[in-house]
Amino acid sequence: MAAVMPQRRYLTWGSITLLLALSWVLPESGLLNPYVVQILMYVGINMILTLALNLVNGYMGEFSVGHAGFMAVGAYMSSILTVWVIPPALSFWAFPAVLVAGGLAAAATGLVVAFPSFRTRGDYLAIVTLAFNMIVKSVLENLEILGGPRGFLGMPRLTSLPWVTAWVLLTLYLCRNLVYSNFGRGLMAIREDEVAANLTSVDTRKIKMYAFLISAFFTGVAGGLFAHLLQFINPRSFSILKSTDMLVMVYLGGIGSLTGSLLGATIFTLLLELLRPLGLWRWVVGPLLLVLLMIFRPRGIMGLKESKWFIPRFGAGSRRS
Amino acid sequence: MAAMLSIEELTHHFDGLCAVADFSLTVEPGELVGLIGPNGAGKTTIFNLITGVFRISQGRIFFEGQDITRWPSYRITAAGIARTFQNIRLFKDLSVLDNVRLGGFARHGYNIWQALLHSRGFRREEQAWLRQAYELLERFNLTRYADTVARHLPYGEQRRVEMARALISGPRLLLLDEPAAGMNDAESQALIQLIRDMQRDFGLTIILIEHQMRVVMDLCQRVKVLDFGMTIASGPPREVQHDPAVLEAYLGKDGALAE
Ligand SMILES: Nc1ncnc2c1ncn2[C@@H]1O[C@H](COP(=O)(O)OP(=O)(O)O)[C@@H](O)[C@H]1O
Ligand SMILES: [Mg+2]
Repeated sequence: MAAVMPQRRYLTWGSITLLLALSWVLPESGLLNPYVVQILMYVGINMILTLALNLVNGYMGEFSVGHAGFMAVGAYMSSILTVWVIPPALSFWAFPAVLVAGGLAAAATGLVVAFPSFRTRGDYLAIVTLAFNMIVKSVLENLEILGGPRGFLGMPRLTSLPWVTAWVLLTLYLCRNLVYSNFGRGLMAIREDEVAANLTSVDTRKIKMYAFLISAFFTGVAGGLFAHLLQFINPRSFSILKSTDMLVMVYLGGIGSLTGSLLGATIFTLLLELLRPLGLWRWVVGPLLLVLLMIFRPRGIMGLKESKWFIPRFGAGSRRS
Repeated sequence: MAAMLSIEELTHHFDGLCAVADFSLTVEPGELVGLIGPNGAGKTTIFNLITGVFRISQGRIFFEGQDITRWPSYRITAAGIARTFQNIRLFKDLSVLDNVRLGGFARHGYNIWQALLHSRGFRREEQAWLRQAYELLERFNLTRYADTVARHLPYGEQRRVEMARALISGPRLLLLDEPAAGMNDAESQALIQLIRDMQRDFGLTIILIEHQMRVVMDLCQRVKVLDFGMTIASGPPREVQHDPAVLEAYLGKDGALAE
């Protein structure tokens, strides 16, 4: 096994480098047409959203139904920064920091949502997040300074395939690290049996908070990427329907699985693209799929399973050599 | 000498039903105390009160001199009281190894940032606890089940995983809730030996809830007998066994004492 480890490390770093290189070369050289590049960026953004939501709904087993609210906070925050605050000449270089700021704003909002929800046991989170999503939307609709219902525009198109790829990799890496740690096991213990988790010394309230804030952070980052891809956002983009899409991706790909998150985001994004001709009917697909999944395959394709690739070698639940 | 655990006049009601009435108990370090009584007597409720599962409305509990009456469960466990459950409560979809490691949750010495970055300190700590977990698995004859999902384990093995999970938290007081439930004679004989060994090797103080009289006879220096939440007798098991109130409580129900 000792000989396998460096080899695996080279492979991992090799594929990361290759991915980043391809994400830059392929669009740049015109080998991929802009339409395909656009779809790939949506896939990437959705991967981040799904990984983030899976922490809460999959690993921790709580039910957040309003994550689009965090996406909105991240999207508006980052857009305000690039449109009003940061000089255009600097915006390219400031973009990572702008996204982080969007993520932090979302996490701060997450704190407000999580605090009352996790104070007591029970299924408050679903109700609180639902309300939160609706409140965010209506606040944005009533903020004339941010364009109200017409939306906010003027963002430079800073989101590119290499940036999206880099953020997907970073999100994946940090989620993987979290999941394969004491905290990750604690989250899963909460899902399995919260009382027993407490009785095995897991400070459930604290780690629920951690997971929720990390989840909100990455959802906010994805919102920033989304805003600087479309260059236009309005409150309707972050309605309950958007939250539903995220839920579908989690429950399609598989709860409690990184591989499943990537898979769910990919399949769902491509499916929606194929169904674009349906027009408004497209909005039925998400909720319908969600109901069907909940009935027939509640754990999703990869539910609670993981590709070996993502499992760290040391102490991940596999045997020592 | 300071008592390890002292429970003072604990009373607990469930919607009018008095499950525990005016219960007091002092346990000295190194003791093995039995808690017996017919079904529904309030034994498990006492464990739930000690470990913070239920809110205590009347009475107080001290552990090693600290008032833990209002502490949340995770803090009580981290302070050194571990338990097992009458109806096994493993994390069913997690591996046996992860179940055991979870018992050591509070002892992992790294913070969330170190975890997110899988820092050097994180790795060192993870490896140390992995080793610790495997040592316990070895001891409980569970090594080959390390990667098995807990729900797929036979009943007896599940009980042993619970014990390993309790021990890895480094408890000084261990609460065992009917560990011999569903075991035949040979199995409970082995269990008695296992409990003795655990107590010696880990320097434990133990409170044992048990239905099988002979387990209690073999292990406990003294017992408390409960019936309908009330303490009806206490003392060495051999004396208590002949107490008229105890005989009536048991004989009136399932005759567990009438061996
Ligand atoms: N969570 C609960 N809610 C309501 N009643 C309970 C609860 N737990 C136990 N009881 C009741 O309290 C009494 C004592 O139960 P328990 O402590 O489980 O008894 P024992 O462990 O001695 O068999 C029983 O009458 C039982 O029905
Ligand atoms: Mg009981």
